[in-house]
Amino acid sequence: MLRRTMLTAAAALAVNAGAARAEETPGVTATEIKIGNTMPYSGNASAYGVIGKADAAYFQMINDQGGINGHKINFITLDDGYTPPKTVEQTRRLVEQEQVAIIFNGLGTAANSAVQKYLNQRKVPQLFVSTGASKWGHPDEFHWTMGWQPDYQTEAKIYAKYILKEKPEGKIAILWQNDDFGKDYVAGIKAVLGDKYDKMVVKDVSYEVADPTVDSQIVTLQSSGADTLVIAATPKFAAQAVRKVYDIGWHPLEFLTNVSISVGSVMNPAGPEKGVGIITAGYGKDPTDPTWKDDPGMQQWRAFMTKYLPDADQSDASNVFGYGVSMTLVQVLKQCGDDFSRENIMKQAANLNDFELPTLLPGIKINTSPTDYYPIQDMHLQKWDGKSWVLFGDVISGS
Amino acid sequence: MATIDQAASARTGIGVPARHRFGLALLLLAACALPFVLSSYQTFQATMVLVYAIALLGLNILTGFNGQISLGHGAFYAIGAYTAAILIDQSLVPYWATVPIAGFVCLVIGFLFGLPATRLTGLYLALATFALAVATPQILKYHGIEKWTGGSQGIILDKPAAPTFLPLTSDQWLYFVCLIVTVPMFVIGRNLLHGRTGRALVAIRDHPIAAASMGIDTSFYKSMSFGVSALYTGIAGALGAFVAGFVSPDSFMIFLSITLLVGMLVGGVGSIAGAFFGAVFIEFVPNLADQISKAAPWAIYGVFLIGFMYLMPSGVAGLIRYWTSRLKL
Repeated sequence: MLRRTMLTAAAALAVNAGAARAEETPGVTATEIKIGNTMPYSGNASAYGVIGKADAAYFQMINDQGGINGHKINFITLDDGYTPPKTVEQTRRLVEQEQVAIIFNGLGTAANSAVQKYLNQRKVPQLFVSTGASKWGHPDEFHWTMGWQPDYQTEAKIYAKYILKEKPEGKIAILWQNDDFGKDYVAGIKAVLGDKYDKMVVKDVSYEVADPTVDSQIVTLQSSGADTLVIAATPKFAAQAVRKVYDIGWHPLEFLTNVSISVGSVMNPAGPEKGVGIITAGYGKDPTDPTWKDDPGMQQWRAFMTKYLPDADQSDASNVFGYGVSMTLVQVLKQCGDDFSRENIMKQAANLNDFELPTLLPGIKINTSPTDYYPIQDMHLQKWDGKSWVLFGDVISGS
Repeated sequence: MATIDQAASARTGIGVPARHRFGLALLLLAACALPFVLSSYQTFQATMVLVYAIALLGLNILTGFNGQISLGHGAFYAIGAYTAAILIDQSLVPYWATVPIAGFVCLVIGFLFGLPATRLTGLYLALATFALAVATPQILKYHGIEKWTGGSQGIILDKPAAPTFLPLTSDQWLYFVCLIVTVPMFVIGRNLLHGRTGRALVAIRDHPIAAASMGIDTSFYKSMSFGVSALYTGIAGALGAFVAGFVSPDSFMIFLSITLLVGMLVGGVGSIAGAFFGAVFIEFVPNLADQISKAAPWAIYGVFLIGFMYLMPSGVAGLIRYWTSRLKL
């Protein structure tokens, strides 16, 4: 009899305990905080899987240093093969099965679009997604989603601001890829020029990814009489554009999207001498750039790489990216104090003030607010000197 | 478990022995109970298994029964998914009505594609369908139709909610929607394939000349099996769009077609129940591989695949058939 009473009492206690626990944030215990992530470890974009490994290694380092406020990070990263339906499945597994507190740094525009609604309905933070689309900073519509890197519109705004300052009477031509990426550039330029857009932009021409070359587009743009050219093109087309502009003897003030500034896949194929004077904007330190060889920030990153990812390729910028974005998350979690509720994590993510990363270019700071969900909006202009990109001028804000 | 349940339930129909019927009824019952014992995430996975099973049966009609190799069924899956998504997004019809429409659209496209394709055999047909699969994601991005397709952004869909009089979560409801489609699709498929049509398809596969001389209209049957196969896969695509709640060109890259082919082979070529085993493979083995190694999930997947092919050369269904016939002896 006594035994039965005790059992009943124990059961009642268990039920109560269960009820109490349900009110707490999933994935957060006294000693641990669970963080979920999806990455393309396989499939078309598996090269980006490096970012997920760098994230995991960074959290390992934080755990080795004692974690965050007594909490170890339990980072669960799953392969989505860069296919949105798989991202949906894996994200549901993370949220419902693994009970993670937040989803962090998922990769790919389509992949993140596929789960954005789901995560916002469930009020699960979708923090610092790895995509350059400009749709991740709309807190009024999607309170639980935040980007990280400067988006394409921000970058385009920076070019437009520079043009307004340096060449207010300039006649602008735009070459853009006909998809969301290219459209974001046009939209960014429009946002800064406003009423002047129709006057200043004398010609804009798009191309399809399926086009063999952009030669005819370049000729069309030149014949419009423009003296300024903005190239919003992916690497192959960017290289073609740079070469063609030079070959037809056109010398506009030339801007090239940050997506296509790789020395190996754009500037060298185009002919390094043909791109002298081209301007682009950057925000992170390039691990292959000799300028940062003895930079303390990059030395810190290299020390981390050597210890935690000894086999990884230190010339791969994705490792720098993963390091920086993970460091930003750790800052958010540190700001959370004892309260790791999803609301507070989101609140602190929207409360980053002049936060600096060792891997960002000097002067670039991370700022967010409840109405500003774009963490990095500063970029530094750089010019191609025939061998490498050289920083010039000041940091420009695209906000 | 679930898969065996439904695999068997699909066989209910005319000419099924009473002993089997009882088992099938039991399995169907178990399939109905499933979403109440599984978590919502597992229910979601079970739903995906049903979706893949329909697609695999479609591919099996064409490749397994009729011997036409298709590397392009991901394209029909995509067309089905987009048809459903566009119709829902533009609020043209209620979501459930998009399933038959998606099937019909794919039937027509599949039949038309099948007409010229009947002149191609074996590897050449595989190449032609491969072209279809690689072209589809790019065509979906075409800016002329972006108003409807959403371009590379794709279309986000709301999850269909259960009717208010049913105390079901949207995951459970979706599972039942898919089950309600799956069961008749398999019954129809079974009756089609175990009847005159099925014999004609197999005859064309095994001895095309003999089949023609027996009076079978080979080109009609070949085109029609293309159409019906596309219909099945398109319906699966529409259901898959509901379940994922999102369609985009990136969802339907060439790899989807390969995955379907792999699923069909693992399940068992020319086997109706095999579709379920293949679906389970598609749904769970990549996750398993990812758990074993983040560095080389595809290498692990490959090992699994080779293991399956080595141990079960005629697929899971073939192995089961082998053992049941041996035990009876």
